[in-house]
Amino acid sequence: MYTQTEVIKDTTTAKGAENELVINMGPQHPATHGVLHLVVTLDGETVKKIEPHLGYIHRSIEKMTESLTYRQFTYVTSRMDYLSAHINNLACAMTVEKAMQIEVPERARVIRVLMNELTRIASHELWIGAMAMDLGAFTPFFYAFREREMITEIMEDSCGARLTMNYMVPGGVMHDIHPDFQKKVKAFVQQFKDKVTEYEDLVTNNVIFQSRTKGVGYLSKEDAISYGCSGPVARASGVSCDIRKIYPYEVYDKVEFDEVLDTAGDSFARYIVRIKEMNQSIRIIEQLIDTIPEGDFQAKTKAVLKPPKGEFYTRVETARGELGVYLVSEGGTTPYRIKYRSPGFSNLSALDHMARGGKIGDLMATMGTLDLVIPDIDR
Amino acid sequence: MFLKEYIKDVYKGVTSLLKGMRKTGYYFFHTKEIITEQYPDNRATLKLAERFRGEVVMLHDENNEHACTGCTACELACPNGTIKVITKFDVTPEGKKKKAVDTFVYHLELCTMCNLCVEACPTGAISMAQNFEHSVYDRSKLTKRLNKPGSKVREGVE
Repeated sequence: MYTQTEVIKDTTTAKGAENELVINMGPQHPATHGVLHLVVTLDGETVKKIEPHLGYIHRSIEKMTESLTYRQFTYVTSRMDYLSAHINNLACAMTVEKAMQIEVPERARVIRVLMNELTRIASHELWIGAMAMDLGAFTPFFYAFREREMITEIMEDSCGARLTMNYMVPGGVMHDIHPDFQKKVKAFVQQFKDKVTEYEDLVTNNVIFQSRTKGVGYLSKEDAISYGCSGPVARASGVSCDIRKIYPYEVYDKVEFDEVLDTAGDSFARYIVRIKEMNQSIRIIEQLIDTIPEGDFQAKTKAVLKPPKGEFYTRVETARGELGVYLVSEGGTTPYRIKYRSPGFSNLSALDHMARGGKIGDLMATMGTLDLVIPDIDR
Repeated sequence: MFLKEYIKDVYKGVTSLLKGMRKTGYYFFHTKEIITEQYPDNRATLKLAERFRGEVVMLHDENNEHACTGCTACELACPNGTIKVITKFDVTPEGKKKKAVDTFVYHLELCTMCNLCVEACPTGAISMAQNFEHSVYDRSKLTKRLNKPGSKVREGVE
């Protein structure tokens, strides 16, 4: 493990092999989408070693949580993986509900699943745009944001915010859905189905894009398991790991959808898995949107939540993979300890293995398809 | 043989590129389908969602009365210490002492618009407003007093 000063010394004195060059990629590099610092050892253009340095956006969310009450700590998790803020909040709310044994009304459960799937589509939309931009295609970014804008407007109507919603509260959801919610979601589903072919014209069928991603950043099934990868990254390598299927929560056991699997394990497979996942999310939304049950949107809870003494663990599937929330309660008004198992951290750990031996241009494709969100890695 | 492959690759690359260019060219000539908002110019017609969380405000009616009893539930609910309620004791006509709000201090610079204070308020005295243009030249202007000068609590609100 290098310290910061040693790295700089390395570049000037060329310690190690004769032709090796150490480059600090980031923390201000446009392709890292945030403050990720990669120390890349190169031999010519071939990547020899990658060492991620973390801590630039560490906000000690886990420690902060220990001084917040059980109603307050949910909102901070929107700042972890900000692209799946709803799903992070849901994981926290579900942990408290599990500890307190709160029965969530059926209407709230359906709303939660609908919001989750909209979030997942919005996250993947942004990812398509950002990844295509990493590979030199600028136009798909605008096309992807056109559809994403419809989702953020739906969120704005019902939740009151576009990105950090804080809509899931222990016991249900904060507000009832907006009267226009169903109409707008249906309009979005129609628009998505009409326009999804544009991505195929612009990105999927583009020969340049295919030759830059096919066979690049290969990750075998065994490696995906041993590095602890989850989400679309692991599913593209053939690991069945969808929490929605294996351990269904909320109403995921009542809807029909397929777990998208691929066996190629390269960057193109990860791209295809995410595109297919969006279609599966649309399928879930279509099944639920007309049958939102009537009733309360929030269970009656006490003003001050005090879970009993014990340890509780919840896992959910975010847009990036498996998010685990581990809660230790001492019976008081604040948690004794909270640990988040975030998907981005484990997925990043496989980057060195995937990019080693490839060219530095391929590193962009590999990193892009890992779908890294830096605040999720650092917390 | 190599040359043949090379020319084939170039042809395939160019055709797939043109396919994408046709799509972008379509939007170049169909300007009505473009959805970009001209933000600073369309301020007059800009419509935000009614639940949009821009800042916390205290609702006053025409008699300059609000519904805040100074119970500090919002202060306890706030995760960042954004709200500070300074209370005083009013003397009612019957000679009894009654707790009331003196200054409702709101630190906009600390607020994350999480809506927990509005949810916690038992009398519905505060709510979220749609104003989102908060930039000022002096940081001290972001610390606001939400109850208007001379306002008092509405009759019958406990």
